Parts: sequence; structure tokens; C-alpha cells
Amino acid sequence: MVDIEKANALVCERFMEARPVATTLAKAIEVVPGLHDNMLLHAGPPVTWERMSGPMKGAMMGALIFEGKARNGEEAEKMLQSGKIEFSPCHEHMCTGPMAGVISPSMLVYVVENQTHKIKCFSNLNEGRGKVLRMGAYSQDVLDKLQWMESTLGPTVKTALEAMGGIDIRAILSKALHMGDDGHNRLDAASVLWTTQLAPYIAKTAKDSATAFEVIKFLGENALSILNPVMAGCKTMTAAGHNVEGSTIVTIMARNGTDFGIKVSGLGDTWFTAQAPIVKALYFPGFKESDACRDIGDSVITETAGIGGFAMATAPALVTFIGGVPRDAINTTLDMYEITYAEHKQFTIPFLDFRGTPTGVDIRKVVEKQITPRVNTGVAHKDPGVGQVGAGVVSAPMSLFEDALVAFADKYGF
Amino acid sequence: MATVKTEIRSGVYYDSAKLMQLQRTLAGLPGILDAGVVMGTDSNKELLAHIGLDSAEVMASKPDELVIVVKSDDAKAATEALSKVDELLAARKGNQDQDYLPRSLESAAEMLPNASWVIISVAGRYAGGVTREALRLGKHVHLFSDNVSVEEEIELKKQARELGLLVMGPDCGTAMIGGMGLAFANKIRLGPIGIVAAAGTGLQQVACRIHQLGSGITSGIGTGGKDLSEKVGAITFLMALDVLARDPDTKVIVLTSKPPSPKVAEEVLKAARKAGKPVVVNFIARAVTTLHEGNLFFATGLDDAARLAVELANHPPKITSEADLELEKFKPEQKYLRGLFSGGTLAYEAQHILAGYLPKVWANSPINKEFKMTNALVSQEHSIIDLGEDEFTVGRLHPMMDNELRIRRLYEEAKDPEVAVIMLDVVIGYGSHPDPASEIAPAIKNCLEEAKKAGRHLELVCVVTGTDEDPQDFNSQIQQLKEAGAWVDTSNEVVVRRIGRILRGLAERGSVEAAMIGKPVDLNTLKKPMEAINVGLESFSENLKDQGAPHVQVDWKPPAGGNERLMGILERMKQKS
Repeated sequence: MVDIEKANALVCERFMEARPVATTLAKAIEVVPGLHDNMLLHAGPPVTWERMSGPMKGAMMGALIFEGKARNGEEAEKMLQSGKIEFSPCHEHMCTGPMAGVISPSMLVYVVENQTHKIKCFSNLNEGRGKVLRMGAYSQDVLDKLQWMESTLGPTVKTALEAMGGIDIRAILSKALHMGDDGHNRLDAASVLWTTQLAPYIAKTAKDSATAFEVIKFLGENALSILNPVMAGCKTMTAAGHNVEGSTIVTIMARNGTDFGIKVSGLGDTWFTAQAPIVKALYFPGFKESDACRDIGDSVITETAGIGGFAMATAPALVTFIGGVPRDAINTTLDMYEITYAEHKQFTIPFLDFRGTPTGVDIRKVVEKQITPRVNTGVAHKDPGVGQVGAGVVSAPMSLFEDALVAFADKYGF
Repeated sequence: MATVKTEIRSGVYYDSAKLMQLQRTLAGLPGILDAGVVMGTDSNKELLAHIGLDSAEVMASKPDELVIVVKSDDAKAATEALSKVDELLAARKGNQDQDYLPRSLESAAEMLPNASWVIISVAGRYAGGVTREALRLGKHVHLFSDNVSVEEEIELKKQARELGLLVMGPDCGTAMIGGMGLAFANKIRLGPIGIVAAAGTGLQQVACRIHQLGSGITSGIGTGGKDLSEKVGAITFLMALDVLARDPDTKVIVLTSKPPSPKVAEEVLKAARKAGKPVVVNFIARAVTTLHEGNLFFATGLDDAARLAVELANHPPKITSEADLELEKFKPEQKYLRGLFSGGTLAYEAQHILAGYLPKVWANSPINKEFKMTNALVSQEHSIIDLGEDEFTVGRLHPMMDNELRIRRLYEEAKDPEVAVIMLDVVIGYGSHPDPASEIAPAIKNCLEEAKKAGRHLELVCVVTGTDEDPQDFNSQIQQLKEAGAWVDTSNEVVVRRIGRILRGLAERGSVEAAMIGKPVDLNTLKKPMEAINVGLESFSENLKDQGAPHVQVDWKPPAGGNERLMGILERMKQKS
């Protein structure tokens, strides 16, 4: 009989011992395993064009134009409908992408290496807030910004990162949690830390001071600059714990705007999916719930690794998104202890006497207590091209965990 | 024509008390004729149908769905009533100072690590699971929930016994630990009396009377009404008795119970006799055959039990021990009594008294027909033979005049290696043999010598009925018997009680008490200040708050939302790993 406790302890130990370092950037096609010229990666579990959500469709269209495979949206849409382009989840390629999470072959990606377990994961570059590809926008200004990121931002950051020998993502996160970040929806502190570490090396290695100025300004003004390397970093942590025989710990949670999907360490490569929920959100002026796309993005990898909504107690400022009081932030974290296996050794919560964050979602506990993981997240407009309309919190659907538990019982004979 | 309006909610859970409250409030709203708030189980739906509160929606509801239905002559009033449901459900009582309600016992235990007690009042079918969880966490359980099967009760109590933990219940209304009341309880001052009760209101009545009489209690431990049933076998009762016996602050113990199984009651008394302190016993419906025996004091009712306990606490009695019986002199196979009587009433009284000590005493002239000897000439196990019965006196003088038959029987019985005690009555006075002791005493002497030669100790006891003015020399009768080696008294009851104690003591030799108690309960958990976790009715948390006891209320919901298949998987995973 399999020893679940031992397996789960091992998985959580790997989550916590993983030490992700952002080392460089590279073209996706050169580093991402399994990616090919006619493939687009996307957030969440697998999905067909027919069932694909608006923002993801928009992001795919933008990506084809960016790749030079289509001249406009109409051409791109035809091509995507034709079946000539293969769609594959980021997670199947050691990648993670926020919101639509579309990564195309020629995009630059961060290379984040888990130095403990020698696992490399990847994520694209963050475009900032507003009208952006990851929210399904693909107008000319969006594409222009992407071009600038590929030609200027990316190469500059790459040179700086290589010159400084990489940035320790785990160390930044540990600090940022003590500075009011949750590590997912609020990354203000972490992004500042990221920028201040990079800045001197950008100043030193950029091709000219104008470029250095532009890049540092962009990084410094974007409170989500570090989101993508954080996600890749979290992916290196949970990937280290995947495929451990007998473990009931969730190693992937992800959504594509249509479905919410999870994978469980002891259940190999099976996706368990259910309809993605609508986010309970605070909407930007002029938008309302009926404008919202269903929950979308791979950023829930942060909660999977033990931060984000799980570390809400470190980020009381975030409760404004749900119209709550700071106590609600504490209670959210306390609830997450009910469904996790471990308390993080590296990520701690000052308010709770430096207790470690709830880490390692255990499907047994989720089902028994009927509490699902709480996710802090952004909300995209349901139509392609519009962009972000709000931010808020969402709970993963219960049936995912129930289905996984039944599959686990079948596989291991319980 | 009355309208029935229904609302079905899925994915919600409220405890039944909350639902009943809601139902009552809805039914009391203006224009509402009747209301039902239940989970959609088949039996609940049947119930609703029976009182005309059914609708297609009601009948289609599932067991994990909350059904809210109201009946009214006025459709508007019905709609209005339903619109109030959220508000009514949200009206939480108290406990506002607990900032976070943990969702599980496990988290509650982390929040209140010093808590030794968990009060459980969830629906019966979930109570076992929560109790097991509490035991896993090393907590005593006050199990208020009812509708727990006796099989489950036994399983839980056996598990608890292994762990040295008390499962007080199921269906246990009352417990008072170290001056703190759990569930239904009174404010009783601290004092020298400990109570064990398989009777909720019995515990309250006794404790209150003790308080009213100016005394107080250490703890009152409830066990649940079925604890003294034959199936459960007093598991919790014995553990509670044991821990109070070890408590130096408890000077007197009171045991009370709803009608117990006679067999189990005897087991409990057996343990009580070893408590080393006065124990007042009041088992309802158990006949009181004596008021006082060793350290046991038998009360005739709850009030009498309280009075006796207070009196014993105020005036500690000198307690006789069983050591004077010198049981170690008997051989292991010696265990039976043979009573050879000449007087019929004395033989009857002996049977009556011995019923309080021994499960079964055979007789040729039995009180209870079941115990009639198959053959009066051949003794079996414990036997009381009235030699004055017709079967012995045909063609022969009555044994009060003629000792010959009795002496022959005496020799016979004395040879039986399983016999430990032989009792004889010697009745003198007008009409009787002129000097019975002159014949009986030598026979006794011979029998004792023969037994000694065979390596056995035989106890010969005699009751002598007579006065010093009788024609036979009363004192000389006694003297002769004593010199022959008999133990003599002039009271039939005194003699019979003595042999009762001997025979009971012999029967209990080598009984394994450890198994009855398991791991002893840690006395300290009863002594340290009360801290408790409450799972279920919030009012019990309120009670603890009012008494100033640290407590945590658990925001409990049925595991896996009550889904049997998933619950099954989870339980198997817990057991196998």
C-alpha cells in the first residue's frame, strides 16, 4: 500500500527546497521543449478553437500577426480555424503564461532555473497593465509594444541578467511577502526589488543610456514586471514535486477562460477539468460582471506553490478588491491551511507570528472540508481586443478535486 | 386555496438546530400557515408531504440540498417570507469575539493546543467521524449527538479506552468538569464529591442537591444512557470511576444510572469496591438489598444519593477492607458454597442476600424457580439445601431434632474439592435437639482436619439462633462450635454477608481489570483549567464563554458535503495510511 503521507511530505519538501533563479532570456523556439513553428502555447488545460474564450482567441490572432504569419485579424482567424496551427497548453512545455498566456515561437521568454532540482521553466515578458496581448488585445499599439519588448526590453534585460549572474526569485518573494505583496495579484514590492536589482546592470550593459532609461522606466512603472518570472519560478517549484507516486498534492492549477484544470502529483499527466468560474471582482469604471471572461491564466501556479491567494494575510491591501476588511485577508489564509499539507519554510507571514504560508493543496482535504483553493486574479474582458476589466478573487470548482480523488482511489485501490 | 412556495438551495449546510430555528421563525411570520426547512432526504420529503408541504420541487430535491417551503393563503406573504431567509440565516448569535472560525477540528486544536475536551453535537450520522478525529487528536469527547448506533458507540469507546480518553455519550446531555459545565449543566460549587452518571438529568439532580446541601463536586462525568447496557459494558463508566478513585480531591464518589443491565451493574460494583473510598450507588430499578457494604453505600434515590454523599464527605467513615477475609488461603479450584439449613426461612433469607453477591445460587427450595436443584441430594455449584423440606423428613425427624442426616451431608460436602464455604444453622430452644453442638461440633472438627490433610482451607460458618434462657446452654453451643473451628454469629444476615463477600472475592480472583479500564485517563486533564473545542450547537460555546473558559467554535460542515462515496474513499485513505 502506498504511503500517502510520505509521498506528500516529499512533494512539499521539493516545492520548498526549489530555488528558482532567473538566469537569462531566449527565443521560445530555441529553449521551450516540444514547441515548433506551427504551434501556439496557451494558458490552462487543452482547449479547441471552437470552445476558446474571447481573450485567448484575440491573443492567438495577435500572436500570428506578431509572428508574421498573418497580416491582420481576419487572416489570423482563418488560419487558426483551419487547423494548421497546433494549440498546446503552456504547462505541457514547462511554460506558464498569465491570462491568455499565449507564447509564440519567436517570442522571448525568461529562463528560470530551479538550481536545487535542475529544472528549467519559461515565461514570456510582461506588457504592463491596460490593453495588452495577454488580455486578448491585438491592435497596432499592442503589437508595437510587443515589438519594442522583443527588440529593446528583452535583449537589455537578458544582458543585465547574464552580467549579474541571475536573480534569485525565491529570495525576492520571501522579502516581498513582508512588504505587503501576496506574490500574485499584488507584486508591487517584488517588482521594485526586481527593478532595483537589475537597474545597475542595465545602466552598465545597455547599448546606450537612452535604452537604459527606457527599460528601467518601463520596469519600474510596471507593478507586474516580475509576475512572469515569478510564475516560471513557481512552476519550477511545483514541477519538482510532480509525478511522485502516491501523492495527493496538486502540482498544476490553470485556466483558459473556458475550463479550469488541475494535475495531481500522483496522477501523472491527467488533466481534471471543469467549467472555469466567474471571478468575484471589483470592476474598473465602465465595466461590470457581464463583461467578464471566465477565469483565465496560468498565474494560479503561484497559489499552487503556496503564495498568491494563500498568502493573502501578507497583503491586506488586496481586500479592497473584494470590498472586505483586512481581517478577511487573514481568514482567507487561515482557510487555506485547512486544505494544504505543509507550511512554507521560505515564505512566512509576519501577522501570523511568521507562520509559513499554506503550501501544497491536498485533494483529500479539499474534498473532505469542501473548501477549494482561493485565487487572487485579474479579469479579462470576454471579447477579444478589449483587455483587463477588473481584479478579484475566485475559488476553484470543487468537482475538479472530487474527480481527482475518485481517480486516485481507482489508481491506488482505496 | 393555500399556496405552497418552495426554494431549493444546493451546496449549503446548516446544523439542524439552525434549520429548526429558521423553520419556527418562518412559520411565525404574518400570513404564513406552516413552514418546513429540511435537507431533502427521502424521510424529510415524506414528512413534508404528510403535512401538505410538498411540491414538485420538494419531491425532486436531493439529500444534500436545503429545502425551504412555506404555505400561505396569500402568495405575497409566502414570497416575502422566503425573501427573509438569508437575513434570518445570517443572524448569528454571539461569538463575535472569535475572529476566525476554523473549518476543522484539527485547526481548532492548533488554535487552542491546551484544550483537552471536544464537545460534539453534529447530526448523528457524522458524530462518529468527528469523534474519531477528536480521539486522533488526543481529546476527551463530550458526545451530545444522538442517533449514534450502539455498534458505533462501542467502537468509539473501545478506541478511546486504548487511548485513555473518555467518550462521554452519545446522547450525553451533561458533564461538569472541574467546576465547568459542558452542554446542559448547572453551576455547582467545587467540593469533595465526584459523580459518574449514565443519566443526564440524574447527574444534574444529584449535583444540584449536593450544592443545595452546602457541599460541592470535583467533576460530574456523564457517560451516555447506554453505557451500562450489556452491549457497551460500562466502558466509559469504569474509566470515569477509575480516574475519580485516583483523584485525591474526590473524597466520595456517587454512581448513578438509568436502569442498568444487572450483569454490568455487578461489574461496576466490583470495580467500585476497589475504589478505596466511599462510593454511593444509585442505579435506578436495581433493588437495594443492603444499605451499606464495605465502602459501598446504597441509596434509594437521587436525593438520597446526594444526601448520603454529603454526609459521607462531612463524616468520613472507617472503611473495612476485604483483606480480613484471607482469600489467599483457598485453593484456586475452591469457589462454591454449600448451605445446609434446618430452618426454611433462614435458607430463604440466605438466598435473598446472596443474590446481591453471586449471580446464581441453586436451592431445593428456591426463591427463583429457575434455580431449583435438579436433585436435592446432589449439590451443584452454589447450593442451599433446606433439610427441613418434606423430601428429607419422610420417615425421619426434623433436622432441628435429628442431626444425623445433616452431618452425613456435611462430610460429603467437605470432601468436594470445589467447595470453599459450608454454612450451617443451629436453632435451639424448646422442641429442638437438647445439645446439637455436641454432635455437630465434632463433625466440623473432623471435616476441617480432613480438608487440611488434603491441603485445602475450608471455611465453616454457623448461625446460632437462641437465647441464654433457652434450655440448651446457648453460650456453650457457641463455644463448642467455635472450638471446633467454625466462624459463628447469632445474626443470619451477618453470617450470610460474610460468606457473600468471601465467595464474591473468590469468584473475582484473577479477573483482568486492566482490560476493563485500558490506558488510565490522565487525571491532570480533569484538573487543569477547562479549555474546550465545540463542534455543533453554538450555544455550547456561549456557555463556555459565560463561564470564562477558553474555547474555539468550529465552523463544521459534513465531510465531502455528505457524499457517501467520497466519504468512503477518504475514510479508507485515513485507515490505510
